[in-house]
Amino acid sequence: MSTFSAIGEEREIDRDEYTPGVEPQPTWCPGCGDFSVLKALKQALPEVGRTPEETLLCTGIGCSGKLNSYLDTYGFHTIHGRSLPVARAAKLANPDLEVIAAGGDGDGYGIGGNHFIHTARENHDMTYIVFNNEIFGLTKGQTSPTSPKGHKSKTQPSGSAKEPLKPLSMSLNAGASYVARTAAVNPNQAKEILIEAIEHDGFAHVDFLTQCPTWNKDARQYVPYIDVNDSDDYEFDRTDRVEAAEMMRTTEEALYDGEVLTGRFYVDEDRPSYGQEKRQIGEMPEEPLAERYWDDDYEWERSYDRFVGKHE
Amino acid sequence: MTDQELIWRISGGSGDGIASTSQNFAKALMRSGLNVFTHRHYPSRIRGGHTYTEIRASADPVRSRGDGYNFLLALGDSFARNPQEGAVYGNEEIKPLSENLDELREGGVIVYDEGLLDPSEIPNFDERVEENDWHVFPLDLRGLARDMGREVMRNTAGVGATCALIGMDLEHVEDLMRDAMPEKILDPNLEILETAYDQVREEYDVEEVGVSVPTGEHEETQLLMSGSDAISYGAIDEGCRFIAGYPMTPWTEVFTIMTQNLPELGGISEQVEDEIAAAALAVGASHAGVKAMSGSSGGGFALMSEPLGLAEMTETPVVLVEAMRAGPSTGMPTKPEQSDLEHVLYTSQGDSQRVVLAPGTVEEAYEQSRLAFRLAYEYQIPTILLYDQKLGGELVSVPKSHFDREPNPTLGKTLTEEELAEQPHSADGKFHRFQHDAEDGVTPRSIPGQKGGRFLATGNEHDPTGHISESPDNRVAQIDRRTQKLEAIRADLDTVDTSSYAGPADAEYGILTFGSQQGTVEEAVDRLNDAGVSVKSLGVSDMLPFPTEEVEAFVESVDEVLVVEMTASGQFRGLVQKNLGRYGEKLSSLLKYNGNPFEPAEVVDGFEAAIVEGDGDASGHQTTFVPAAGD
Ligand SMILES: Cc1ncc(C[n+]2csc(CCOP(=O)(O)OP(=O)(O)O)c2C)c(N)n1
Ligand code: SF4
Repeated sequence: MSTFSAIGEEREIDRDEYTPGVEPQPTWCPGCGDFSVLKALKQALPEVGRTPEETLLCTGIGCSGKLNSYLDTYGFHTIHGRSLPVARAAKLANPDLEVIAAGGDGDGYGIGGNHFIHTARENHDMTYIVFNNEIFGLTKGQTSPTSPKGHKSKTQPSGSAKEPLKPLSMSLNAGASYVARTAAVNPNQAKEILIEAIEHDGFAHVDFLTQCPTWNKDARQYVPYIDVNDSDDYEFDRTDRVEAAEMMRTTEEALYDGEVLTGRFYVDEDRPSYGQEKRQIGEMPEEPLAERYWDDDYEWERSYDRFVGKHE
Repeated sequence: MTDQELIWRISGGSGDGIASTSQNFAKALMRSGLNVFTHRHYPSRIRGGHTYTEIRASADPVRSRGDGYNFLLALGDSFARNPQEGAVYGNEEIKPLSENLDELREGGVIVYDEGLLDPSEIPNFDERVEENDWHVFPLDLRGLARDMGREVMRNTAGVGATCALIGMDLEHVEDLMRDAMPEKILDPNLEILETAYDQVREEYDVEEVGVSVPTGEHEETQLLMSGSDAISYGAIDEGCRFIAGYPMTPWTEVFTIMTQNLPELGGISEQVEDEIAAAALAVGASHAGVKAMSGSSGGGFALMSEPLGLAEMTETPVVLVEAMRAGPSTGMPTKPEQSDLEHVLYTSQGDSQRVVLAPGTVEEAYEQSRLAFRLAYEYQIPTILLYDQKLGGELVSVPKSHFDREPNPTLGKTLTEEELAEQPHSADGKFHRFQHDAEDGVTPRSIPGQKGGRFLATGNEHDPTGHISESPDNRVAQIDRRTQKLEAIRADLDTVDTSSYAGPADAEYGILTFGSQQGTVEEAVDRLNDAGVSVKSLGVSDMLPFPTEEVEAFVESVDEVLVVEMTASGQFRGLVQKNLGRYGEKLSSLLKYNGNPFEPAEVVDGFEAAIVEGDGDASGHQTTFVPAAGD
């Protein structure tokens, strides 16, 4: 048996395999958009052919972070905003793992904003799903970085004076090689986009619009939606940065006018992932580093043999 | 007196090549059979500003920088030059000479570059020379270098002049130059070296100079190593192949050494966006089955308290190094202090569990770096290696055999897939990663990608499968188990020799210290005993878990104890008192927090004033005495 025999196993995978044996009582509210992300992921992973045991799901903190409790893979429920640095190190340590990071808009665009920019910039080969409900859910309804300007909450009683952050444009500019937006109300598109994102070699950012009926009362806020890739009204080349950027700008403005545009906005198949780049310049081993610790034949170098001479 | 040791100080401006010149000269002295110890003093700026490095060389063991020095090579003028424009920065023209005179011993030697420095600007220079019986040699080092090569080679001229004056032949210096320099610059440098040497021997009566290089012989080959080197090599030998960091002085040294070596060893180094990310990356890599480390200095470590807590709660092994400098906030970036002790012990919320080790010497830095990794992985607990700018930067001769150790890349209690298959609870597809009933608190782990080992790691309190739980019974069981690990680690540490004792076992008085002050205290202990005071010392390395029994036995065995540390608030004394629970009336503090480490004489004076004479007045130095207090 190899060390990580779950990795690369080819077989029929039942989506129920991702459901925990003893299913914890879901703590999500009825009607929460987060259920749709869970469902879409359970559908996408078997279609991509990745098993629960070769998948590492890293989440942040928030209602969104609970995803780890309901999707039975190897998991790391980290701390608020920090799913990405944990996830990308795991990917560097073992590039054969299927690494997925997930969190909320507060988690990913607020407290974790710096990590988001830099992970996109480095173009790590992973999928990052942001449950964008334009609100802090778990801490009971405070304004988030994607809440619309003027949004009133207990912590912004006079209405937010801040422009909402534009996550799609942000990740494009930072360097993500796949940027898409989907919505909980659009399960088919969500599944398809997640499949593409997981299969993509590079940083795939999926802004997942999830309604929060508890704190953003309007549970129908993301309908009707339009898939820009299917609509004749929106012609653009998603492999072209300039056109993609323009389309994102339109989308991000339209959202706050009540027009929900979704779809794949940017896809760059040519940009090598960070791991590939690092290997190319000789800063990363060809074989997964994690396997080395299990290889009885591997000769571990000692400092004595290598460095001691230069100190004599 | 001067025959027994040479303490050579080279001074100039940052960017004058002080570091490389002194490093080579230290190596030459070491190769000639001497024990060496270097001390670096530098301001927090890149170019210009006054800086010096001191090399103490003796046939006897050297454990500290010593007090004062006996040979000054004033090389530069603290101006930084821009070679293109001839521009200069800084205005501290005579500092390399004027700033250093206070500590130059009687009968000492001064060599200065008369091309750059003018002693007539120093008040009472001639009187002081006469009073102190100094031997002064003005030499045009800059002119000489310019004539035969380039101006920057004046450091070589300075070394040539030094060798002539202390009666050291050029053999070792020349060898080192041949090893390090490309041919193009080697020849002019050799010429400059020899010319300066000959000139001095021709022009001056060198016999009259009382300072000479001592002679010595090593039984075995020595290495010139810094604390940062030793920490890095320890990590590599223990199988660490992943590092993530963000630069901050003085931790950057370890980060750099590791980064320069890891790719060739098949490892990975990542410079990331901030220290939160750095520590989180180390946690992520370790979770995926790699030996990983991160680190920083005070302010950066503050950012790491979050991922540190995550590592504790998820029982992910990780090693963090914390290189202390004077704080709070950015404090004094290039000056040592030990005042991050409490920060490192207590940062992060909750009843947390971690290990903190504070090596006292370069040798210990290597051993305890290895130990930190072993403990982290065997016990699945974050381990912090706490040291300071002094230990990180000092270059010391260490016997080569000290580093001749086998690698240990084992991950600790990690199950193979075969073993996972035999776990009773993996039948239902759920591996119980965090079982309640583990002998020493450590439950075996699995690694993502292994069949049958699926589990959830979470920073929330969790049940044996890893799922979030707020059940009171589970909470108590999990906390108790995690805490139990510390007892096992304490017992384990008792089998490892981490404490350092000096002085007679039946001494009347004691000195307690930790970290980089250990060698200085030991030297002071020797001097006090030579002077007829009966005193011994204990250098403690385990900060958490604390060696309570051992320290208690030490305190019990003496009448009074002086606790020596580089803090203003007596943090280490507080830790001792907290762990011992009594003996407060026996413990006094000698503190120093002016940015410089203790010198042995300060410890001797402080001890005599405080303990022997009992008046607590350690005046004359920038040290503070805090008398004993009841519990
Ligand atoms: C360092 C830190 N700050 C604050 C919190 C409290 N906190 C938990 S979840 C959360 C906001 C979550 O909002 P979002 O990321 O939008 O996720 P949602 O709950 O809406 O899914 C906050 C502020 C925390 N856990 N840690
Ligand atoms: S608070 Fe909002 S985001 Fe959280 S579970 Fe309820 S509906 Fe979902």
